[in-house]
Amino acid sequence: MDHLDRLENKSVHILREAYSQLKNICMLWSIGKDSTVLLWLARKAFFGHVPIPLVHIDTNYKIPEMIEYRDKFALKWRLDMIYGQNTEALNKKQTFPDGNISRIDCCKKLKTEALRNTLSGAWPRYRINHQTGRYEVDSNTEPYTGVIVGVRADEEGSRSKERYFSPRDKNNDWDVGDQPPEFWNQYKTDFAPGTHIRIHPLLDWTELDIWEYIKRENIPVVSLYFDQGNGKRYRSLGCAPCTGTVESTAKNVDEIVEELKTGKFVNIAERSGRAQDKEDGGGLEELRKDGYM
Amino acid sequence: MQDTKNNNVNNNIHNENIDKEDMNIVIVGHVDHGKSTVIGRLLADTGSLPDGKLEQVKENCRRNSKPFEYAFLLDALKDEQAQGITIDSARCFFKTKKRDYIIIDAPGHIEFLKNMISGAARAEAALLVIDAHEGIQENSRRHGYMVSMLGVKQVAVLVNKMDLVNFDKKVYDDVIREYSEFLNKINVTPVFFIPISAVLGDNIAERSQKMHWYKGTTVLEALDQLENAKLSDDKPFRMPVQDVYKFTKDKDNRRIVAGTVETGVLKVGDEVVFYPSGKKTRVKSIEAFNKEKQEEVSAGTATGFTTTEQIYTRRGEIATIRGEQKPKVGTLINVKLFWLGKKPMETNKKYYLKIGTAKAEVVVTEITNVLDASNLSSEKKETVNRNDVAECIMKSLKPIAFDLSNELIETSRFVVIDDYEIVGGGIIVEALEDDYITSQLEDHLRLFMGNYKIDISRKGSFGLRVIFDIAVHADDGLATLEQIASRQNIPETLLDEIISSFIKDGLLEQHDDQISFKLSKLKSYDEISMGSILHLIHEKIRVVNDNFVEYGLNTMVEDCLAMNIANAFNEKLNEVIEAISLQDLIARYDEVKSNSGTMYFI
Repeated sequence: MDHLDRLENKSVHILREAYSQLKNICMLWSIGKDSTVLLWLARKAFFGHVPIPLVHIDTNYKIPEMIEYRDKFALKWRLDMIYGQNTEALNKKQTFPDGNISRIDCCKKLKTEALRNTLSGAWPRYRINHQTGRYEVDSNTEPYTGVIVGVRADEEGSRSKERYFSPRDKNNDWDVGDQPPEFWNQYKTDFAPGTHIRIHPLLDWTELDIWEYIKRENIPVVSLYFDQGNGKRYRSLGCAPCTGTVESTAKNVDEIVEELKTGKFVNIAERSGRAQDKEDGGGLEELRKDGYM
Repeated sequence: MQDTKNNNVNNNIHNENIDKEDMNIVIVGHVDHGKSTVIGRLLADTGSLPDGKLEQVKENCRRNSKPFEYAFLLDALKDEQAQGITIDSARCFFKTKKRDYIIIDAPGHIEFLKNMISGAARAEAALLVIDAHEGIQENSRRHGYMVSMLGVKQVAVLVNKMDLVNFDKKVYDDVIREYSEFLNKINVTPVFFIPISAVLGDNIAERSQKMHWYKGTTVLEALDQLENAKLSDDKPFRMPVQDVYKFTKDKDNRRIVAGTVETGVLKVGDEVVFYPSGKKTRVKSIEAFNKEKQEEVSAGTATGFTTTEQIYTRRGEIATIRGEQKPKVGTLINVKLFWLGKKPMETNKKYYLKIGTAKAEVVVTEITNVLDASNLSSEKKETVNRNDVAECIMKSLKPIAFDLSNELIETSRFVVIDDYEIVGGGIIVEALEDDYITSQLEDHLRLFMGNYKIDISRKGSFGLRVIFDIAVHADDGLATLEQIASRQNIPETLLDEIISSFIKDGLLEQHDDQISFKLSKLKSYDEISMGSILHLIHEKIRVVNDNFVEYGLNTMVEDCLAMNIANAFNEKLNEVIEAISLQDLIARYDEVKSNSGTMYFI
């Protein structure tokens, strides 16, 4: 059993625990490489099926290829695909690209608020209809109380403190100082009414693990990660206005793996291209406490 | 390795991966003895930090007029830096030529023992840090004990802050002598003792120039000399069943028993026995997604298999192989545990025990002895306080399957749940004869009926839930097969069968829309008794299942006694369930819902 097998087995075990023990769960799919690996692991866990709804928060500023890719695989893999959006902020132009608010506040509105209200069912959810291939307003407005998320411990400081099963209170607050113990494959899967839970099956994975697994399993990823001939590619995917490309000529998964192992990115953090992290010392941590994933 | 057309470069990458090992290391020790500094130093001195990180933290310190500390690298969270203590087990990734390490920084503060345990339980080795200047403290001992109880075999002791004691050999010798005596008592032999100064980097990655009297390894060298844990392939097969999957909706007819192999090896054709039920079948196939067909799976694999006969098994059972060592099945156990709960552990209070994937209600019948892990003194006490280690006897209300810690440690481990929280963990050291049928019958019955719980068969319970669900949603007019299945979590095939039989018996009818169901108008809710619903599914209703007779009974007398009790129970039960109507159930549901917001489970 090699390194990737070990990671895979643990993640699969966690996904099965979540599916068996928690009610009203969903999985966040950002279309990025991490949550796509997570989706693939769900197919592993459930033998080719994905019995858990996938939720995508569409900020309307996602790079168009991401949405095309999402819908293609939602239909191909018969995913229970759902998206949510902060239509009010978009209509009122309360966004950073419109020049009206800061990057962090834009993230709060288009991601954090949209996510919170989509999960709670307060705002409309759009669910794919596999007959027509179109999204329709979902009649189910029950809150999702368990959310499976593809965060990794190596991404930044606050994520390194996460549990595999991490409870949040009614306001989505995360009490970092008082987290449940986790040992011997036993996780906190009993919850008082009103508790929300985040499940993090990818906690032990690194960026390199993700790419090596994509390579081994031949997982299709969105082409934005590869250099299309102009010597630039995305290393981390987000909204078009706030996510920059990196200088790289990696054209396929093999070349990305090689670049991460020996090339210039060996010691450069993955999220260094994300502008919102830099606005204030604890940008991402602040966002995460409010419910940002 | 499905792609055979890999070019040379890729093959190299792949091989490297196979050869390279992983290891989880935990750093433990008393608060302020310098654990985070050791890690910060290891990361910094080996170039394992992202570019700019060190400069960024240094700059932050300069701006806030604080002296730079390596610990700040790890203590990335704001509130943590404010408090100056590690409050959780942060993970760092770290590489040497030999291995990829995950270093888990466990908090030393007594408040956070549960976090330290979460970190240490994942580790294959522990680095125990002791401050040379301050000497051995309470948590130096407690952590040593916990690490050994959690099953971490390799311990390296780092005597830190040697710079504060002038790199004096005598101070170092005194610390290791005293600490070795302690470790001896708990049967731990450390693999290394290393004098270090994490702040200055002495004996971390570089050999110290100030302690020429020390001839041993640096911390970095010591890490690479630790051994990786072997996977438990040579032990009896154990796989706690996580779930049984059938995705018929997607036209997949496989019925897959899923779980993670804890120990041993399972092969196609093996005869498997599930415990505690004792049901047997054979492995027809081993299933996986995007993987070549496998004939066997071994320890550590999250897998699934189909069986030749469609026997009914479920989450909580443990799959074993016939002919290999059997697990124990029983209701009375002698355990060793550590307590993490805010409230002390009490006797005669109900807790849940989670062992493998099984969850059982238990009571602690006796606290045999409570050990203070910080000084190893023990005494007889009525309660077990937070951070204490104790030996006690527990009684489960239903039979559980387990192994003993000295035979198969993996499946002897359990956690205790109270009020939704994991409040303790432990190992089962002995299975005791349970004579509850005779001397403790009354006690048992009180527990048994005190919670208004009866063990209804799965199908019976599904039948009740179907009727209940349709009644509760009657006003919406919508109760389709799919909705009932998802609301009540009932497999659709079984649901189909139950509903068909209810329609045949005239209890249900189809709505005009042909897809949803309603209760037939022949009877009002208070005329439909629970008994009548259950009787449509089972000819006879009995309060106890076969386990009642199967476990703990050895003699004819006991057998006859059990039969008489069982018969009396059954008579009473039939009276009671006839007296409860659907109306009662809904009234109770509304009451519970409005009081606590919780769903009422049948």
